[in-house]
Amino acid sequence: MLDFPKWKVWAIIAAVAVSWLYALPNFVSPGTLPSFMPQNQLPLGLDLRGGSHLMLEAGTDDVARARLESLEDTVRGEMRSAEGGAIAFTDLSLAGGRLRFTVSDPARVDQAFQLLTKATAPIGVGSGRDVDVARGDLPGQIVLAPTASGIANAVDNAMAQAVEVIRKRIDELGTREPTIVRQGKNRIVVQVPGLQDPAALKALLGKTAKLEFKLVNTTADPAEVAQGRAPPGSQILPAQEGGTVVVRRRAIITGDQLVDSQVSTDDNGRPAVSFRFDSTGGRRFAQATTENVGKPFAIILDGTVISAPTIISPILGGNGIIQGNYTVQTANDLAILLRSGKLPVELKVVEERTVGPDLGADSIRAGVIASIVSVLAVSVLMIITYGRFGVYSVLALVINVIMILAIMSAASFTLTLPGIAGMVLTIGAAVDANVLINERIREEQRKGRGVISSVETGFKEATRTIWDANSLNIIVAIIMFLFGSGPIKGFAVVLSIGIATSVFTAVTMVRLMASRWLASARPAALQI
Amino acid sequence: MLLKLVPDTTNIGFVRLRFIAFGLTLLLTLASIGLLATRGLNLGVDFVGGLTMQVEFKAPPALDTLRERVDRIGVGQSALQEFGSASSVLIRLPLPEGDQGAVQRVVGQVQTALKKDYPGVTFARVESVSGKVSEELIRDGAWAVGLSMLFVALFTWFRFEWYFGISTVVALVHDVVVTLGFFALTQLEFDLNIVAAVLTIIGYSLNDKVVIDDRVRENLRKYRQMDIKQIIDLSVNETLPRTVMTSVTLLSALLALLFLGPEVIFGFTAAMVLGIVVGTYSSIFVSSSLLISLGVKSRAEGGLKDDRMAGAERVTRKS
Repeated sequence: MLDFPKWKVWAIIAAVAVSWLYALPNFVSPGTLPSFMPQNQLPLGLDLRGGSHLMLEAGTDDVARARLESLEDTVRGEMRSAEGGAIAFTDLSLAGGRLRFTVSDPARVDQAFQLLTKATAPIGVGSGRDVDVARGDLPGQIVLAPTASGIANAVDNAMAQAVEVIRKRIDELGTREPTIVRQGKNRIVVQVPGLQDPAALKALLGKTAKLEFKLVNTTADPAEVAQGRAPPGSQILPAQEGGTVVVRRRAIITGDQLVDSQVSTDDNGRPAVSFRFDSTGGRRFAQATTENVGKPFAIILDGTVISAPTIISPILGGNGIIQGNYTVQTANDLAILLRSGKLPVELKVVEERTVGPDLGADSIRAGVIASIVSVLAVSVLMIITYGRFGVYSVLALVINVIMILAIMSAASFTLTLPGIAGMVLTIGAAVDANVLINERIREEQRKGRGVISSVETGFKEATRTIWDANSLNIIVAIIMFLFGSGPIKGFAVVLSIGIATSVFTAVTMVRLMASRWLASARPAALQI
Repeated sequence: MLLKLVPDTTNIGFVRLRFIAFGLTLLLTLASIGLLATRGLNLGVDFVGGLTMQVEFKAPPALDTLRERVDRIGVGQSALQEFGSASSVLIRLPLPEGDQGAVQRVVGQVQTALKKDYPGVTFARVESVSGKVSEELIRDGAWAVGLSMLFVALFTWFRFEWYFGISTVVALVHDVVVTLGFFALTQLEFDLNIVAAVLTIIGYSLNDKVVIDDRVRENLRKYRQMDIKQIIDLSVNETLPRTVMTSVTLLSALLALLFLGPEVIFGFTAAMVLGIVVGTYSSIFVSSSLLISLGVKSRAEGGLKDDRMAGAERVTRKS
């Protein structure tokens, strides 16, 4: 039991040396270690370094609605380009999660039905239909309904796109090291370190930034509009300065074709936002403005009309400018939004945890002081209780802390405030293994065993108990990690690592130290 | 001379005290349940939604004026509390009506209002949780605690015997209930951190119980002529130095954290300190004595013909 083969001794020494090597970067300033040595410092959680944790959620209903709206485009497109001339239809409605419309000419209902079945056919082999196409109850009526899997796919695509857009927006802000990850079906977690006030960030993330250019319907009856009824093919939108504007539903061009957007000034020297279309967009813009000279068109951002200038002459270069009541700041924000593209779905902040950098620094300081005092208190207690074996436990304890630091730094596990608490707890608990062993040795000595026999039995009997107790604790830590969120996870990580390393340091290493001493000193009596 | 917290050979009749202990345990448990039912827990934003803000002012603000200012925004009844120093105030607001994004709009409104009326304020900490997210956090937390208990019971059953499983879990439920009762009594905020604390209490209280159970099992094999009451008394007494020493070291580490650690985790550490005390008590007085009530008998009394005992080592030496 107390014999250690040479290789085992070397393996233990190697493990300790490697731990020191990996823990070392945490004790020196970055860049001072030679390049062949590990450089990873322990990543600190936002609660320690300050920063914002934001959880954004997309309304799945919004995605479903957007999916229906894009189906409307499909229907209009397919009907317009049908073989044998456009198929006329009436009563198109988007209600109850379904798109309904009625084909005017009974003879062409079948053709329309087939066109749409084909247009919405699944692309992948073996994948189910995203949209069900069916006949409605009324004669000539066709009903398109996105299936559950279709909506799930749409949500999935929208979220993947949203992550990209958010990444661009945050990069534009010049924020360092943001973490952007999808969580669950319809959520995105954004973590940005070092922010004092995330208001600007939240404002950027909360805007969809859907830019549309639509023609203003100047022929609408003001009385009807006042009642909230728009003429067919038109819609009523609120204007930024107040009041409403009636615009054609169909957009002449959307922000999807923007390639750049910058802050500039208008003719009066006030801040404005300039934009440039890509070549296709530029051509379409040129064509639309050429055809509609003298008419007003509306620039719409997220469903609000920002301005509705009249087209004085065709705009051919693919460039334009948006005027509104902007300050340099708001103009800059809008330019960033337009540059990074629109979000496919509106995102809402459903959870925020922001910690200012000062508070974070306070927490680190307090946490470190508490840890040091804990180690000291436990050390004093162990040494005055168990003497030499207490010293061994304390040495093991220090190496245990170093090992936890090393593993967390090497694997880039984040240290959070609950993590520090976990560390302090591990310090207290790691000595439990030694207490078990030492108490058992005391007991065996009382029973009249010799020194070596007592130590041997003490280790043997206590090890079984230590394994039982630590297996149970690992189970609890794993459950915490799997089910816990945020702070619980950070705590569980440190705890799991601490349990594993404490068995190594408190049992194996202390046994090595004890056996070396017993072999060289051959004590006749053991004071413990 | 080395320190001994507990004398070498104690011979305390824990089993004889068990009816008093059971009475006390019952009283503590009922009192805790009563407190939970009447006062309830002061659930944090993690579990009921809403927002908490730690605001740092340039100079200590008049709390009444500040409260009146926040309430004037019309986002619900605010609760204000000094946090650490007089110029640091914790503002708590309930979950507003409306959609998932409503709580964030309130955050914005409050921050704008405070920045205007109190120039130079900074927001050291902002936590906002929407209704749906808080429901999920409650659900996950309950699952974590419930599953931990279940696995603990299963493991103890598998590793020992079924009655060890039951006695351990009964004692653990007691530990958890009393800890919750403490939170109902003190009205310290009960948040996600506290759930982690409760899970850890389960873990470490378990340590104590496994150590004693282990010794009971060992002694059952060793001393076939003893009756179960003697065996349990002997086992608890033999492990007493270890139980006390470990609890004392854990407490010394935790007390350092409680008084010197960051204010933010005060509740967390307080829960741990209490949990260690309660867990130690229930290990010594409740879980092992419960084995008797569960009808465990030693071999001398004609019990334990279990196969798992067949391979046990024979120790002939008697104490």
